Amino acid sequence: MATYLEINKKQVNEEKWEEPFYINMGPQHPSTHGVLRLFLELEGETIINCTPIIGYLHRGVEKLGETLNYNQAIVLSDRLDYIASAANNTAFALAFEKLMGLEVPRRAKLLRTIVCEMARICNHLLWLATHALDIGAMTVFLYCFRDREWLLNIYEKICGARLTHSYVRVGGVRQDFTQEIIDELYKFTEEFPPRIYDYEILIDVNRIWLKRTKGIAVVPPEDAINLGLTGPCLRGSGIAYDVRKFRPYDAYGEVDFVVPTGKNGDTYDRYRVRMEELRQSNSIIRQCLDKLPETQGEPVLAENAPDLLMPEKVKEPKPQPVPKKGVIFRGVEKPIVPVGEAFASIESPKGELAVYVVSDGSNKPWRLRIRTPSFVHISAIPYMAKNHMVADLIAIIGTLDIVLGDSDR
Amino acid sequence: MEELLNELKEKFSSVIVEIQEKDYPTLICKRTGFLDLIKYLKDEKGFKYLIDLCGVDYLNYKQKKFEERFEVVYHLYNLDTKILIRLKVRIPEDDCWHYSVTPLFMTANYFERECYDMFGISFKGHPDLRRILMPDDWEGHPLRKDYPVYLEEEQEWKTYKEFTQKVKK
Amino acid sequence: MGIEKDTVEIAPGIRQIPGAPVVISPIDKIINWARAGSMWPVTFGLACCAIEMMATGASHFDLDRYGIIFRATPRQADVLIVAGTVTKKMAPIVRRVYDQMPEPKYVIAMGSCACSGGIFKTYSVAQGADEFLPVDIYIPGCPPRPEALLFGLLTLQQKIKRESKRWGFWR
Repeated sequence: MATYLEINKKQVNEEKWEEPFYINMGPQHPSTHGVLRLFLELEGETIINCTPIIGYLHRGVEKLGETLNYNQAIVLSDRLDYIASAANNTAFALAFEKLMGLEVPRRAKLLRTIVCEMARICNHLLWLATHALDIGAMTVFLYCFRDREWLLNIYEKICGARLTHSYVRVGGVRQDFTQEIIDELYKFTEEFPPRIYDYEILIDVNRIWLKRTKGIAVVPPEDAINLGLTGPCLRGSGIAYDVRKFRPYDAYGEVDFVVPTGKNGDTYDRYRVRMEELRQSNSIIRQCLDKLPETQGEPVLAENAPDLLMPEKVKEPKPQPVPKKGVIFRGVEKPIVPVGEAFASIESPKGELAVYVVSDGSNKPWRLRIRTPSFVHISAIPYMAKNHMVADLIAIIGTLDIVLGDSDR
Repeated sequence: MEELLNELKEKFSSVIVEIQEKDYPTLICKRTGFLDLIKYLKDEKGFKYLIDLCGVDYLNYKQKKFEERFEVVYHLYNLDTKILIRLKVRIPEDDCWHYSVTPLFMTANYFERECYDMFGISFKGHPDLRRILMPDDWEGHPLRKDYPVYLEEEQEWKTYKEFTQKVKK
Repeated sequence: MGIEKDTVEIAPGIRQIPGAPVVISPIDKIINWARAGSMWPVTFGLACCAIEMMATGASHFDLDRYGIIFRATPRQADVLIVAGTVTKKMAPIVRRVYDQMPEPKYVIAMGSCACSGGIFKTYSVAQGADEFLPVDIYIPGCPPRPEALLFGLLTLQQKIKRESKRWGFWR
């Protein structure tokens, strides 16, 4: 009887396996971060081909956005990338503001920058937690969730929701920060940097972590651009493309920060970039908080921002009140949205999130296109996974930081 | 910026129909010769990063009359000069296809599949043009304007209908 | 002499004779007690609610103290938490996960989307997980707070403790 070793030897000695081995991974798999399905073609344990199958969370956000008005569409944006809702809100709001030609008050810009950077910290903490858990480090998961809970509590004080904020509105933000929130944020920014050091101690000297991340999924810079990678995935390859620096929006033009880049473009470098971004985000929050007293008492919503939608029945019985600064009523009032199109993109924690909106002059968008980073990153999986082991695929999915709600919309 | 647009206008006078100044410079192009233009932009002018590719349906668009129903919109970015330009190609309904740019930009692969899935615009030269978000046996293209937002009982996807009936037994 | 006098109630309806390894109880009660104390949900996140489900299992809310441990495979699980929007493409797979679970099994619909479709009344979203699954507990919210999920799980415990003649032919 041939032993296992002998069979193995025979198969290794032969130039090629007789036929590839097909395996299906997902949609119910604990480390595919949602409902991603991968169809793998294996040779032994080496992936020779990998086909992502997505669409298991396609909810029709783009179609639904065409039936809702501009303020209501913000609510949909929360559910795209549900880890960093504030960033999505901002992308939508920026596109709509560009379309309507609204000027956002400076205080609102600062507040938006703060919530966006909080979202980045939330996202990177969750990314680190799940990435480390997938690779085998349990403690990091517990540490990260502890700190994330703190941020979510602050979010709850700001707007009343933990995940789906809808805090950023067209023309500004929902409401001003109270002094309590500002104090809490100061406390957070002081205590957070040592904690980043804590996470790094846990995994940075860990031999398993290093072996499983170094040299895995190397993407050269030219290919990274061609694949459309953005965010930390692109910066890990050494290209310092950051929408916050290249096309500054909100208050990013007036704050000081560094765009960290990697060298080798492997999983480890992308991890290092994200850890550095945590520190930079912390410093951005701090700088914005320092600037807040200058704008004390300013409004946080633009003068001519569209009001929330009135119910349709209101318009008939009562004598029409004088329209308050360009109110969008459904169909009756003169809409303040001009015909045209607008494109706005932001640096969401995962990469470049772009919104392209076409208007026909009514109070609903004619076409609402959302370019999400996860969708593009998933298309890069076949390239990155080629000639890697199956176990490395987990690291690759983790390092791309994908969220399926973001990719399928 | 001005120089680039003028140069493009001269060089590709047969492809570019119109140049509009909107939030970003917008080139409206013809379908024939579009590949040459985008190739020139990528190789010679450094527009190496395709931010977005999407379709728009202009059925019954009240503000402007278009002869063609669909439009494919490209957003290209130059990382060195920090210029963003928008290219538009109009596509008629009865002749619903366009050239694929997947050989030039690897990102375009999924974008074009999505565009095909949502609008039914097929891309010539695409290596693997299948539905991406909807199931393979789905009928219709959801983002077209004549497609309903919510499917009533009789329009329901057949496979799902059979599945729910089978489960309820 | 009497059962109340000589025995100690260690759980509702379950009594032990002090000093002896003897427990007196209706068999329904003792089995339900055991089931309610070790509900193992399957790790199956669909959308936003999965993040709150993870948060519930992590350090701050700590599901382990109720004997609730997430299992990665449906074969070892008792509870399926449908956490998030179920699309029509996904529905057969959710059902397949449910079919793979051994009995007794329970379903929790977490979040508005799993309860009724939520804000997504669109062509591709199944309007509620109850279109194809027998749901035991509905938890509203978009997404529900971790406390709400905890409350839902505790309510399921109450429900399990009240059960009789549901699973198995021997009863």
